[in-house]
Amino acid sequence: MSAVTLNNIVKRFGTFTAVHQSSLEIAEGAFVTLLGPSGCGKTTNLRMIAGLLDPTEGEILIGGKRVNDVPIHKRNLGLVFQNYALFPHKTVAENVAFGLKYRDVPSGDIRRRVQDALELVQLPNVGERYPKELSGGQQQRIALARAIVIEPDVLLLDEPLSALDANLREDMRVELKRIQERIGVTTVFVTHDQSEALAMSDQIVVMSAGRVEQVGAPQEVYNTPSSEFVANFLGASNILEGKCTDIGADKVALEAPIFGKLAIPAEKAPLIKGPGPAKLVVRAEKLQLSQSPAPDGVVSVPAHVETVDYQGQAVRYFVRAGDTQLQAINMIDGYPFAEGTEVNLLLRPQDCAALPG
Amino acid sequence: MREGASIGWNLVRAWTVLVYIFMFLPVAVVVLLSFNASQFGSFPMTGFSFRWFVELAQNDAILRAFRTSVVLGLLTAAISTTLGVLASLALVRYRVPGANMISTLLIAPILVPEVVLAVALLLFLNFLQINKSFTLLLLGHVIFTLPFVILVVQARLVSIKRDIEEAAMSLGASPRQTFFQVTLPLMLPAVLAGALFAFTISFDDITGTLFWKPGGVETVPTQIFAMLRNSISPEINALGTVMILMTVGLPLLGLALARKLSTKSGG
Repeated sequence: MSAVTLNNIVKRFGTFTAVHQSSLEIAEGAFVTLLGPSGCGKTTNLRMIAGLLDPTEGEILIGGKRVNDVPIHKRNLGLVFQNYALFPHKTVAENVAFGLKYRDVPSGDIRRRVQDALELVQLPNVGERYPKELSGGQQQRIALARAIVIEPDVLLLDEPLSALDANLREDMRVELKRIQERIGVTTVFVTHDQSEALAMSDQIVVMSAGRVEQVGAPQEVYNTPSSEFVANFLGASNILEGKCTDIGADKVALEAPIFGKLAIPAEKAPLIKGPGPAKLVVRAEKLQLSQSPAPDGVVSVPAHVETVDYQGQAVRYFVRAGDTQLQAINMIDGYPFAEGTEVNLLLRPQDCAALPG
Repeated sequence: MREGASIGWNLVRAWTVLVYIFMFLPVAVVVLLSFNASQFGSFPMTGFSFRWFVELAQNDAILRAFRTSVVLGLLTAAISTTLGVLASLALVRYRVPGANMISTLLIAPILVPEVVLAVALLLFLNFLQINKSFTLLLLGHVIFTLPFVILVVQARLVSIKRDIEEAAMSLGASPRQTFFQVTLPLMLPAVLAGALFAFTISFDDITGTLFWKPGGVETVPTQIFAMLRNSISPEINALGTVMILMTVGLPLLGLALARKLSTKSGG
């Protein structure tokens, strides 16, 4: 039985439709990320699960029970916000204990559970302090402790890392995942940050303009995007308009500009059902710049380096092959190719994906 | 050039000081004369004495007026604050049709000259054939203290993030528990400030009170006014001093309290 189910949910604000007919099954104990740009409806979905918004149509089930008419304070959910939302007039311990007061927990147990929660988030000694005496990262840990101490059926995280500094954000990402695995709570995480989504999720739900674009494991969504939007939103991709000429048992034959004829694995083109227009998806980091000849089984195309965006351990090139500009991200050891260099673009056909045109 | 500018600034400074003297000298004189031993409420001072405060404390009419003012002020503060908090909550937290219009209407009594408001209310009640009463007086005071409460409380409520209340509800607090556990404590400084405003404004008011008070009921300001018509008794100076203490001292105290509360709760 799934922990959370959305059945044909529609949410309209006046004439604006924020969420179109979306359905979703979230498995017990899973870490599911709703990923998309701002305004894609991911937060609206989260707020509907939380009970902060009522769906216009469709139904929401938590633990198999319909909760459309259950108010938020009876849903037993943990909610963590981007801005921490700690109670500024209560100490850290009082903040964490807040939810337990409404759950008939004896006071001795409250103290023990608060302490356990604070230890879980690695801040055992701040119970007597006030939230504003803590750093942003610490406040977010407290907010997390407050949400999980009540042993919620579902933990809802609304961009919890977005307000933190870049370095801290990466630490917290690991920390958050560790805690989630430890307590095994079903988690719905909302973010617009693809690296957070890829690093933390069991399953990613990519959303755009109120619709679910693709649902899958991080590797699946990344390697086999099911739409142009997904291909572009997760990492950088080159998309070339071509056509499918033949479809075999385990290979799909494509013809695309620049790279010519390619035979790509059928599992990288699951949506192509037969010959016809198709799009070739080439991830920027799969396109290797080289001045050596291509090994066997690798397609090589001459190109010209136009722009170099040096990033330290990696470099992003904009290259021109024929009249098409392509993007390539390569790990480098030493110096990148200079602007104006003539190079070969190397591409292994099995690294490509294809979409119906 | 520089010389000229500095002379100019000195003139501005001197002028500022003069304005302050103009404003506060009469108040200082009243306070000073309230300690005058002489039986005339004017200079020269013949000695220092608490005599007039003692007489004040023994004057039944004044004591009655004082009691009326305090009761009126407290009731006004209680009603205005309750209504103001509820109105602010509705206007800030819920989508009320015509919220802007309602907000303007509620604030309007500040903008309308008090005399106009006083006469209007009186005529209106005349039209409804309701007699003047203490309740009516209280009602009038509520009408023109309400805007102050609403302005102060609304400003504070806007700065309390909705997230915090949503967090409380997600943890199991009902909307009512959320209000008493989270929202009210966070807006308490503003609520207290609003209540103090309401009390002092009511305690201080004379224009509206003169129009609305039923016969035989006097508040401190109307009592002073009545006493002044006979003679300038030094008792009035003493009463003035007490009034100043209450209307200036209380808000200052409240402000200090509010500041302390809000630093504790992190603003």
